[in-house]
Amino acid sequence: MRAVARLLGFLRPFWREVLLAIALGVAAVASGIGLLGLSADIIARAALRPSIAELQVAIVGVRFFGLSRAVFRYLERLVSHSVNFRLLAQLRAWFFQKLEPLAPARLQGYQSGDLLSRSIRDVETLEDFYVRVVSPPLVALVTGLGVSLYFGQYAPLLGTAVAAGLFIAGAVLPAVSRRVSRPLADGLAASRARLNAALVEGLQGLSDLAAWGQEQAFLQRAERLDEDYLRRRARLDWTAAAFNALGLLVSLLTMLAVLWITAPLVRAGEVPGHQLAVFVVAALASFESVSPLALAAQQLEKSLEAARRLFELVDAGPEVAEPASPAELPVLPRLSVKGLCFAYPGGAGDVLRDLSFDLPYGKKLAIVGPSGAGKSTLFHLLVRFWEVQYGEIRLGGRPVQAYSPASLRRMMAVISQNGYIFNGTLRYNLLLADPGADEDRLWDALALTGLQEWARNLPEGLDTWLGEHGAQISGGERQRLLAARALLQKADLYLLDEPTANLDVNTERDLVQVLTRTLAPYSVIWVTHRLVSMDWMDEILVLEGGQVVQRGTHAELLAREGLYRRLWQAQQRPVLFVPGADMAGSEAG
Amino acid sequence: MNIDRRLIRLAASTAGLFGRVVGMGLLGGLLLIGQAWWLSQAVNGVFLGGMDVPALMRLVIGLLALILLRSLAAFLTEGLASRFGRDMGARLRRELLEHMVRLGPAYVRGEQTSDLGLAALQGVDELERYFSQYLPQVFWAAMIPLAILAAVFPRDPLSGLVLVLTAPLIPVFMVLIGKLAERHTRQQWTALRRMSAFFLDTLQGLTTLKLLGRSDQAGRIAAVGERYRQTTMSVLRVAFLSALVLEFIGTISTAIVAVQIGLRLLYGGIEFQPAFFILLLAPEFYAPLRQLGVRFHASMSGLTAAEKIYQVLDAQPEVDLEVNPGRPHLPCPPFSIRFEQVSYCYPSREQAAVQDLSFELRPGQLSALVGSSGTGKTTVTQLLLRFIDPQQGRILVNEVPLNDLPLADWRRQVAWVPQRPALFTGTIAENLRIACPEASEEQLRQAVRQAQLEDYVDSLPHGLDTMLGEGGKGLSGGQAQRLAIARAFLRDAPLVIFDEPTAYLDAEQEAMIEAAIQRLRQGRTLLIVAHRLPTVLHADQILVMQAGRIVEQGRHEQLARGGGLYAGMLGSLEVEP
Repeated sequence: MRAVARLLGFLRPFWREVLLAIALGVAAVASGIGLLGLSADIIARAALRPSIAELQVAIVGVRFFGLSRAVFRYLERLVSHSVNFRLLAQLRAWFFQKLEPLAPARLQGYQSGDLLSRSIRDVETLEDFYVRVVSPPLVALVTGLGVSLYFGQYAPLLGTAVAAGLFIAGAVLPAVSRRVSRPLADGLAASRARLNAALVEGLQGLSDLAAWGQEQAFLQRAERLDEDYLRRRARLDWTAAAFNALGLLVSLLTMLAVLWITAPLVRAGEVPGHQLAVFVVAALASFESVSPLALAAQQLEKSLEAARRLFELVDAGPEVAEPASPAELPVLPRLSVKGLCFAYPGGAGDVLRDLSFDLPYGKKLAIVGPSGAGKSTLFHLLVRFWEVQYGEIRLGGRPVQAYSPASLRRMMAVISQNGYIFNGTLRYNLLLADPGADEDRLWDALALTGLQEWARNLPEGLDTWLGEHGAQISGGERQRLLAARALLQKADLYLLDEPTANLDVNTERDLVQVLTRTLAPYSVIWVTHRLVSMDWMDEILVLEGGQVVQRGTHAELLAREGLYRRLWQAQQRPVLFVPGADMAGSEAG
Repeated sequence: MNIDRRLIRLAASTAGLFGRVVGMGLLGGLLLIGQAWWLSQAVNGVFLGGMDVPALMRLVIGLLALILLRSLAAFLTEGLASRFGRDMGARLRRELLEHMVRLGPAYVRGEQTSDLGLAALQGVDELERYFSQYLPQVFWAAMIPLAILAAVFPRDPLSGLVLVLTAPLIPVFMVLIGKLAERHTRQQWTALRRMSAFFLDTLQGLTTLKLLGRSDQAGRIAAVGERYRQTTMSVLRVAFLSALVLEFIGTISTAIVAVQIGLRLLYGGIEFQPAFFILLLAPEFYAPLRQLGVRFHASMSGLTAAEKIYQVLDAQPEVDLEVNPGRPHLPCPPFSIRFEQVSYCYPSREQAAVQDLSFELRPGQLSALVGSSGTGKTTVTQLLLRFIDPQQGRILVNEVPLNDLPLADWRRQVAWVPQRPALFTGTIAENLRIACPEASEEQLRQAVRQAQLEDYVDSLPHGLDTMLGEGGKGLSGGQAQRLAIARAFLRDAPLVIFDEPTAYLDAEQEAMIEAAIQRLRQGRTLLIVAHRLPTVLHADQILVMQAGRIVEQGRHEQLARGGGLYAGMLGSLEVEP
């Protein structure tokens, strides 16, 4: 229930709007009951042939409710949607704010894409929390109490009967229904997931299926899974139909009970006869308030599950703490690493073992070795995504823990294959690195990375939309764009993490030339398994299994027998280079 | 509207079930009228007639029976309607799937079309609601109000007239406002999608933002959300008017009925019992029409889904799958395959993918196809697999036109090793048996051995019976391709088409692939889309492609000396510093 309290907390900033929406919801339901009740009242009393004056009030009332019901409903929908959108904006901002300190260390255990899409679905589920979960029970509670009190004032038994009917239809049936259908729904979801997975993999692998003549086998498999899905669906559908019918039954039985209880009261003269007509009609109409509760129960469960997952995620403490009083950032700093060891939590052993090096400002260091040798981990520690466990990293003579992580990151620029291109214009993507940069500076950065021509030829120049929904860019352009963005960052230390991965030989050579030229004045650490332009480096560390096995300059290392020379020789094995491989994917399929 | 008609025709083909759904709903409507009649009598009796207890008892018992029946009818109506939706959905899913298989890889391989296929399959869910909710409601909205009118008119024509006159307002306004609302809803959807895309984008780029020192985006997210709220609210103020008007017609008509009957009661123009009966029925008269309005939206998304579904169902297969009697039998292997002036152009492309291709693949020979991507190499393999047929020219297998051969028979003669083979959920053995369902355990082992995958399989806890996860996670690209090579060995087909990996391979993987290729070429016709030098060095002929044509053809020594495109490719092979 703590989750519920925390969820309700999100509504606090706009509680007035929430209350207004609930009041309007109550007014709409009440108008509906009032319209039918008063209509019955007019007819029943008119049957007694009073003077028309006696009916005047009721006639005005009926006309009012005839108008007001639709108006209240309209206003209620408007206000509750407004609440919904406020909640939506708030939840998203909250989620981002909470996630930011956790990335990426605390998000490692989750498969990244999976986590993200699930979290976004969870946030979306919670966006309906107010309209579907909070509002309906409150509206039902207020109107239910009102209706029960109205009946109760004539006879307690009458009030009790109506209250019981509303309670069964609004609370008991939804609860029982959830209990019964929950396992069915879970089984159905799993069955559906199996069916979908089979369909997706079958369609994506249709070439293979056709080539091996396995189309019929695939169709049969899909058919079997479909049958299982349909069988489960049928069970759930019939269960839902049963509970809906039970809800109808309860409302009709309540009306019948009202009739049965009121009849002797009328005969005894305790209740005026015309009131019976009003009772019967009002009892039926009052069930409108509880009809959305079955959905609300279902949605509450979903909301709580979503909330639990999100809270669990964001409640993890950040990996790296802010220092109480951050030290001032050093100028032209020397970087020294001593005895650095690191193991990821839950990972299989150390990824870095006793790493030491010294990098005076402006020098170049390469860290090479087979993939999986722990090369990227060093960067994670340098940019303070992970906390140093053992050993130390010093920058400008002080341990990195002394600086504020955010300002430390501004001294460093990372160029990696995983850099993200945002959905936005080219300009937007570049300005992220330096919000104050003017037009000339942007073009300079593009020129340095050889993107000038490319950018000029874009349909809208710097204002061309990039990213998933924007212009297609090739792998080479992408990497160069990431490099251009990093250059704009005005950093002191450049960290290159396999910046040429997935590029063909020509593009790789061009990009490396750009980097060696433009990064000459700065400190550089280059992590790679491709041995390109190694003669540029002041020192090369060869890493294997997290440990430095060789170190020296390119010439020294080549002269010696060892891993470096083996890697170098393996790379010289010829690969039939194909021009234009950069355009991969332009062929159909 | 065309789609509507097609959907209704589809529904009509299960006339029995659909009829039962509509009939059961109508029965519920009739029971409702009966219930209103007896209820009005009971109230009348107690209120004005001084009804005694046994008489009331009889009425109440009768009402109880009606109520039970009505609930049962509601249960059956909803259950049957769901079943109808399910049946239609299952049927469309099956038709779609079968049709997509018939359309074949050439259709599904296109990126857009593959998305279209999946979207169509997912759209079936939307369409189920069209069948289970909207379509029966159309009938109920016509029939139940008519039944109520039939009950009201004989008792009070004036009230009947009020109902008749107000009823058409609902569909009229529904259509008028529905159109307006639909446009607004679509605008709102676009706005929502944009905002969600921005949120997702920011989260996906979170690490990058952090590295750039720009992770102060929460305010921007909130601002985008607020802007969205404001624009959307102004849209909704109009869009919700439709619901307002529909609701309004229903309530105000009920009020009119009540007031006019009340006034006539006052002057003795009508008795209480029929008056109360009519009052009980008035809201029920509008209910099915309003419900139709609500479900109209379900129908809209269903129709959009149906458009996608029929787009797929209406597509024509590339390759004629029908086998005509009198077609020639498959020639005996080994195969000599000749392309004669073959051209092919993908639909929706202007430029031909391959043009005037002429070459020959000879038995026992290794032919290497080289060229940059987009030059038509893949198209050649697709033509050989008959995923597509030549638009001009022909392909001859031992002098018999390939088009004339029965498709399934032909494909049994071909083994295909794609760059990224598809792996299916199931064990390694099941994934191998795709190539040869009746293969014995021993044959599987041998194929795995020949494909250099044995060490890996032996290292797995369950060997050949190890499950491959969804999409075959757990196998690296190199392992997946060796699994495809094992499939090729299992099939032991006379023609092998091999698409070499373009990715950088380490020395060990390189050697494994090399060994597999040497073993595969024994006695077979082998075509390799080549990316590695050793392959072309050993090839019996190299076909160099450029822009859909073969521009050079010959052995390595000839071509390397020739100074043409191939020699140029080798030139760019200069070793890095």
